[in-house]
Amino acid sequence: MITLTLYLVASVLIILALRGLSSPVSSRQGNYFGMIGMAVAVLTTLLINHSYVYLLISISILFGASIGLVVAKKVEMTKMPELVALMHSFVGLAAMLIAFASIFNFDNEHSTVQRVELFLGSFIGAITFTASLVAFGKLSGKFASKTIVFRGQHVLNLILFISMVFFGATYFINESTTAFLLMNVFALVLGITLIVPIGGADMPVVVSMLNSYSGWAAAGIGFTLNNSVLIIAGACVGSSGAILSYIMCKSMNRSIISVLLGGFGSEANEAQHSDSDKNHKTGSPTDVAYLMTSSESIIIIPGYGLAVARAQHALQELTNKLVDMGIKVRYAIHPVAGRMPGHMNVLLAEADVPYDQVFEMDDINNDFTETDLVFVIGANDVVNPAAKIPGSSIYGMPILEAQKAKTIIVNKRTMGVGYAGLDNDLFYDNKTMMLLGDAKESVEELIKAVDDL
Amino acid sequence: MEEILTIQNLTIFILAIFVGFHVVWNVTPALHTPLMSVTNAISGIVIVGAILQVVEIDGKIFSLSSLLGAVAIFLASINIFGGFMVTQRMLDMFKKKKNNK
Repeated sequence: MITLTLYLVASVLIILALRGLSSPVSSRQGNYFGMIGMAVAVLTTLLINHSYVYLLISISILFGASIGLVVAKKVEMTKMPELVALMHSFVGLAAMLIAFASIFNFDNEHSTVQRVELFLGSFIGAITFTASLVAFGKLSGKFASKTIVFRGQHVLNLILFISMVFFGATYFINESTTAFLLMNVFALVLGITLIVPIGGADMPVVVSMLNSYSGWAAAGIGFTLNNSVLIIAGACVGSSGAILSYIMCKSMNRSIISVLLGGFGSEANEAQHSDSDKNHKTGSPTDVAYLMTSSESIIIIPGYGLAVARAQHALQELTNKLVDMGIKVRYAIHPVAGRMPGHMNVLLAEADVPYDQVFEMDDINNDFTETDLVFVIGANDVVNPAAKIPGSSIYGMPILEAQKAKTIIVNKRTMGVGYAGLDNDLFYDNKTMMLLGDAKESVEELIKAVDDL
Repeated sequence: MEEILTIQNLTIFILAIFVGFHVVWNVTPALHTPLMSVTNAISGIVIVGAILQVVEIDGKIFSLSSLLGAVAIFLASINIFGGFMVTQRMLDMFKKKKNNK
């Protein structure tokens, strides 16, 4: 009775943690609620029993906690997608191990319903585990983020899935441990083959989706153990990840099915723009600095290239100088800027950009027509007007309407194509001036040029 | 009896999905990355399931079950401590700006 009440308290606190994130102001308080909720859940669980092996439990927590804390302190914000992917894999593996532990404890009798639940919890866990590891590898560049498409991959996945269900059913009928093990082996392989074909451009969707899976895996284990706090927390995480996947898909105008089938962006690295007759204007830092300081309003569109070049801090220094001159400077963020949902916001926050200077796409898109100058830095596909042309591979994707501004400055390393492998007509627009070069060096030169004016 | 328990679980599960949907739709897009890291921490709740496995079986401390459970506790702890801490770090960055203004 007390246990259930305390679990209820823990569940409410965990929901409040998510609720806190509705605004940056309430978010930190929410995070504390989450920590307290987790502590209540763990302490309550420790109070239920009887015959825990406290030594093992405390050593495991101690090791896990120290690794977790060190990683959390050290990790760079550009590496957040990798960290998040890795953590999804931990949840998946933990869920699978718990299912095994429960099966190997022969004191436990598993009813027919529980066997179904064990099957669900452990196969979702297993898929989450290997799929997240592959996603981690792709994000961190440990293996090619290119899409790997091979003939018959969908047939292979189907065979793996059917085999997995077959052994799951066998376990259900005769409680064979071997069948349960085999079922998990197939789930582990399936996790790999599902993610391998998906390209780097779709990684924000994949990471969100695995976020969702990790929640469902936790909820599945909650069903097996009849544990309310596990079910509630798991369900909340599951729906959170599902919403994020939906938002990411919508921002790229991709259906979740086509993401899962893979193959998008595969030509990104090979594609060359063949239209050599198109001309672009290039400008020197001094030209750009002059244009910037003579503008009244500027919108900066940062892309992942900015983060790769670690130019955020320099960019903010430039922004501060322009703001001090009385120029209205704002940042416009496309939902898929960066490698995971909200990634660019965190990168800018890290560089001390005030969050009231940062605007989401829908809030700022109408303002471009009245803007003197747009500075696109390290972004490409999210400002590509090709998204408005039927038949283009990114047709229908919502974009930031940079082309509507009076002047457009684009900073890029080269004239190469973006993730989607498409040439960008914005770069050849009469109003556009290209500032070619590394983002950080370019911005630093701009700062100097602004000072010298 | 068992059927009732399963239906109860299902009730909790479905209601929690609805709560989750409503709460998460209200999360501001700027905080979607902290949302993910905090859900990482929250899914570390599987630690509860893991702890329940680390019990003495027939008076024996070490069994396949207790060891598998211990590894699961270890993994879940990384998520809980790492997840909450890195979320805190990010949220502090969003806070700093406010004071500067």
